[in-house]
Amino acid sequence: MSDVIKTDALIVGAGPVGLFAVFELGLLDIKSHLVDILPKIGGQCAELYPEKPIYDIPGFPSVTGQGLIDNLMKQIEPFHPEFHLSEMVASVESIGTDTAPLFRVTTDAATQFETKSLIIAAGGGSFQPKKPPIPEIDTYEEKSVFYAVRRMEDLRGRDVLIVGGGDSALDWTLNLQPIARRVTLMHRRDEFRAAPHSVEQMRSLVAEGKMDLRIGQVTGLRGDHGLLSSALCRGTDNAEFEISCNAMLPFFGLTMKLGPIANWGLSLSENLVPVDTEKFETSTPGIFAIGDINTYPGKLKLILSGFHEGALAAQRVYRYVYPDKRLTFQYTTSSSSLQKKLGVEG
Amino acid sequence: MTKLQFVDFGGTARVVEAPVGSTVMEAAIKNAVPGIEAECGGACACATCHVYIDDAWQAIVGPPTSMEEDMLDFAYDVRPNSRLSCQIKVTDQLDGLIVHTPERQA
Repeated sequence: MSDVIKTDALIVGAGPVGLFAVFELGLLDIKSHLVDILPKIGGQCAELYPEKPIYDIPGFPSVTGQGLIDNLMKQIEPFHPEFHLSEMVASVESIGTDTAPLFRVTTDAATQFETKSLIIAAGGGSFQPKKPPIPEIDTYEEKSVFYAVRRMEDLRGRDVLIVGGGDSALDWTLNLQPIARRVTLMHRRDEFRAAPHSVEQMRSLVAEGKMDLRIGQVTGLRGDHGLLSSALCRGTDNAEFEISCNAMLPFFGLTMKLGPIANWGLSLSENLVPVDTEKFETSTPGIFAIGDINTYPGKLKLILSGFHEGALAAQRVYRYVYPDKRLTFQYTTSSSSLQKKLGVEG
Repeated sequence: MTKLQFVDFGGTARVVEAPVGSTVMEAAIKNAVPGIEAECGGACACATCHVYIDDAWQAIVGPPTSMEEDMLDFAYDVRPNSRLSCQIKVTDQLDGLIVHTPERQA
């Protein structure tokens, strides 16, 4: 077990709102760590619509999802936030008091934090793999059906069925083809949205007889005690066929689920976290919720609302982190001390 | 205004009105039609506004674009009449359109 990381603020979610909270906290000398379940920074902006223009960010007539994230990263650089990616906060335990909150936070990778404030900026929740509509698939999960490849070695010598037509499906087809006994790729149509280069490589392996490509959808699984023996499939012409396999990897993208937040002892309302509109604090002092994950009368799910919420939450976090100091409101345009923090002092 | 009918997995039908130029997804969200999630808000980026076009309407609604086809790969239980409702623009021709929502979106 690694050492406990002590921090002033722990932000759950590295989307635009979580990133801007780093800025507002940083101006108040509050250091942030961020945890995100995705392997990359940017949340929905980077995962769902990196190339799509956003038109309602103040001061940007048009900026792409990734463009906004890149700019935010540049903006928060002076505050050296630390990121813990591909990790999900699994549990939150209160070890402080209402006036001096302290939380022990543990991720699914066993990283432990001790933080004076917890800021939930988790958007629509955590991204988790979509499950295909196959009866009883849950009885095979983690035994012979996997939504991610953790160790390639586990699949050595196996008959692997990969389902999907995107980059994950194609990349794993190409990576596993040399070590699996046989790889079969199944997709619902003979067109692939994956990178053309990977598709070409896959097609030449098929032409050389080194792997199989089948067009259709998996409709059922056969096996015993979670160990797969074959997949029942239906082709585009409705013909039924069976593919013998002892491992299946479905790649149908990601969806958002609230996940473990439901177990943190917060009062929830329709999978959203109610907060006040002064501090954006939850029913638990020291735990805040900002951005799409929160709810309050008049809430608008806009990125700009999340920016505002982060700024106000930061003011309250300051009182927990520096209970004896007085907070004077300052502008970045005129305050030399803020400019010093930003590294732009003249 | 164009009338649109959403039939859920259990067979319950709901009729909503949608202004010409909006999308079928927007009409569903505005009227809190269950079975449409639209996580991404209409960017053709999530496949959680998936619907099945009623047989009688398929020719009028037409097939998905290639970008939409790509996104349909992510949808749950895709069928030949699958579309993403955020990509269907409401027109006068669609008055009375019937779409079926899937058992679940993801």
